[in-house]
Amino acid sequence: MDRPALLEMRGISKSFPGVKALDSVNLTVRPGTVHALMGENGAGKSTLMKCLFGIYRRDEGTVTLDGREVEFKSSKEALENGVAMVHQELNQALTRTVKDNLWLGRYPKVGGFIVSERIMDKRTREIFEELEVTVDPNAIMSKLPVSQRQMVEIAKAVSYDAKVIVFDEPTSSLTETEVEHLFRIINMLRNKGCGIIYISHKMEEILRISDDVTIMRDGQWVATRPAKELTMDEIIRLMVGRELTNRFPPKTNQPGEVILDVQHIAGRYTRLKDATFQLRKGEILGIAGLDGSGRTEVLENLFGAMTRDGGTITLHGKEIQNRSPKEAIKNGFALLTEERRATGIFGIRDIKENTVISNLKGYLLGGVVLSDKKMREDTDWSIQAMHIKTPSQRTQIRSLSGGNQQKVIIGRWLLTKPEILLLDEPTRGIDVGAKYEIYQLIIDLANEGKGVIMVSSEMPELLGVCDRIIVMSGGQVAGEVDAAATSQEAILTLAAKYV
Amino acid sequence: MSNESKKLAEQAQGLTARKVGDALLNNALIIIMLVVAAYVAITQPSFLSPTSLVNLLSLTAAYLPVALGIAGCIVLTGTDLSAGRAVGITACVAASLLQSTTAANKMWPNIGTLPIPLVILIVVAIGAAIGAFNGFFVAKFKLHPFIVTLATQLILYTVLLLYVQMGNNGGMAISALDDGYRNFVVGNPPLLTFGSVKIPNYVIYAVILTAVMWFIWNKTTFGKNMFALGANEEAARVSGVNVFATTIAVFALAGAMYGWAGFVESARIASNTANTGVNYELDAIAACVIGGVSFVGGIGKISGIVIGVLMLRLIFVALPLVGMDQNLQYALKGGIILFACALDMRKYLVKK
Repeated sequence: MDRPALLEMRGISKSFPGVKALDSVNLTVRPGTVHALMGENGAGKSTLMKCLFGIYRRDEGTVTLDGREVEFKSSKEALENGVAMVHQELNQALTRTVKDNLWLGRYPKVGGFIVSERIMDKRTREIFEELEVTVDPNAIMSKLPVSQRQMVEIAKAVSYDAKVIVFDEPTSSLTETEVEHLFRIINMLRNKGCGIIYISHKMEEILRISDDVTIMRDGQWVATRPAKELTMDEIIRLMVGRELTNRFPPKTNQPGEVILDVQHIAGRYTRLKDATFQLRKGEILGIAGLDGSGRTEVLENLFGAMTRDGGTITLHGKEIQNRSPKEAIKNGFALLTEERRATGIFGIRDIKENTVISNLKGYLLGGVVLSDKKMREDTDWSIQAMHIKTPSQRTQIRSLSGGNQQKVIIGRWLLTKPEILLLDEPTRGIDVGAKYEIYQLIIDLANEGKGVIMVSSEMPELLGVCDRIIVMSGGQVAGEVDAAATSQEAILTLAAKYV
Repeated sequence: MSNESKKLAEQAQGLTARKVGDALLNNALIIIMLVVAAYVAITQPSFLSPTSLVNLLSLTAAYLPVALGIAGCIVLTGTDLSAGRAVGITACVAASLLQSTTAANKMWPNIGTLPIPLVILIVVAIGAAIGAFNGFFVAKFKLHPFIVTLATQLILYTVLLLYVQMGNNGGMAISALDDGYRNFVVGNPPLLTFGSVKIPNYVIYAVILTAVMWFIWNKTTFGKNMFALGANEEAARVSGVNVFATTIAVFALAGAMYGWAGFVESARIASNTANTGVNYELDAIAACVIGGVSFVGGIGKISGIVIGVLMLRLIFVALPLVGMDQNLQYALKGGIILFACALDMRKYLVKK
């Protein structure tokens, strides 16, 4: 490390209620280098960046930029000090033009308040020319494909003349040619002396483009090494960390006969192109794949939450339709949704209401009045069976930890007596300890003869809990592997098949 | 033709058919209204007489400023229910300050007749202050504009009721306006005529106002920030837009427009009570929606608003001519709003 650091983050800590998201993390970026930040989902990469940009206020630690200690209160302040970010989720005014988006917040003005379209146009073309971006500056953002919108976002970050630029999964929506293009841009920035923080899950990319690699796990700093000294296996070992045997309960379930046969289902408006698979009684079937590969869509399609375009679903040898979630529930399906806060819990309502909401018909007396007694009994059953830690049934669900919230929702679905459980990221945003309990619950359910289909972006979790794993890629099933005999690399290779 | 190319050709055909259908549906309201206008024009040729056309133009010009103001609030995914009462207050204030010195019950006998530019300044400032008040609560406390302006509208009504009780007025209609004021607004002698029919001056003012608003919306930082904010507040914030100030400014600008509308309305109807301006916001919102200013946010054009106001007036001027019952107009208005909003949402729905 010859030159002094451009950006240095030291001892950064951040806690949320119930979770320590960052525990004294260090990150040092040298000028003229690309620094890769790696870790599994939930390792704390995004939280660390949010602390840098002042979106979250850090509890402890210092940030030094160019030898000066800084504490940004907003992205705006960070930008003004030469720290820019290309966000993973595109944050753009879609109804406006490309150049309006590019210069938002700093329009070139004449006479104090009149925007000069001419200067704006000229500067946009200059930047696009420099970066070899071929997007029409006057196109409406929403009419452009996501990859071009991504390039605009990248051009915007570059146009701020930033010293430090953070790329958060920039290639997730880019084609191969566009990735090459992005790498040329990054190299150009590196040669100019910028410091790049590059967040990605794609190992080949990391090894190809980065100078240094920092690896995080469970909110902690694990290692910072020169990229030259690392191999893919080494990175995975550092990312995964602890021995896999201790992370998962013993697998005791025994898959039986086939109960569900899904042939060539596709989505009319979504990216799911073709999925074919079978599910056995008492089996845990994993669905792996990159973000945007159509994993979630498989579940939502089966559950009737999306319009299906062709394909058949056969349950116990009888074809079923599942045109709506209501019909799916009647057929014995249950769906644990991906975004717990947005589509799972009713935050300000209590545990009891959150538990009985999908099964209200079961509590009707004379078809009109809900029996409070029955609802309380069932909630008590759920609290005990799911090991939910809560002061009472009347507690607002939002005050529980993520793990306990998830158990309440699993309990909710079990009350509908489902035969097939569709679990979408069942352990997202849950502490490591609580994850174990959820895994145990899933295995217990399989033991009771339920069929479980589980989507996860954490590969170790799929390997540790599932019997078989199907891998989605570009909206199709790229392959199927036996969880006991496969490896993360094999799954990654399949996941990249149709990208 | 191979099977595959056949399929492709079929797809392409389906696509164009769908595109034509979409284009028809997206402009359905305007098409229907033009058809109605054509029908009325054929059955009742008097609809196309200069008197009738100038009448349509005048009504459009009278209702336009409120719509131009409220449109900004809709671009921010909000609304403004206080517009009508703001028009009422500013109309009454303008009337009371510009009553003829010979008026029997002159509200403020001691002030004589104020200069017109000063009165314009006063009522526009009152309107802008009402708007800024709304904007402050929306921006500071993140309240939905619907709630804020619902409350403001009630408060303003009380202020209005108290105001018309003041001075020598005693709650009566404020009339007997100064001739200079009437002539300034309505136009005597007129600046423009159509055939032998004179065009009121406020039509000219409305044209100027429309041009100014077009400039603000399309050519200024404020305008661009307003659209960005309406399209994606978070993107605007992280790009360094002052969301707080922009929100207040949008509402204040809307308020200023209500102030101008009040100034014109007062002279146009010549006799002002606490009920002047009531429900104007509903017509304005309807006009905006018909003109394609979307509640989705970040979408709208000045030309659309003008067309929206014109279309709405067209219906109300044209239908009585063919003998349609006046009582039906409210149901018609409601139907148009529902239809327009449903069509609008259809454009932005993400299908799953």
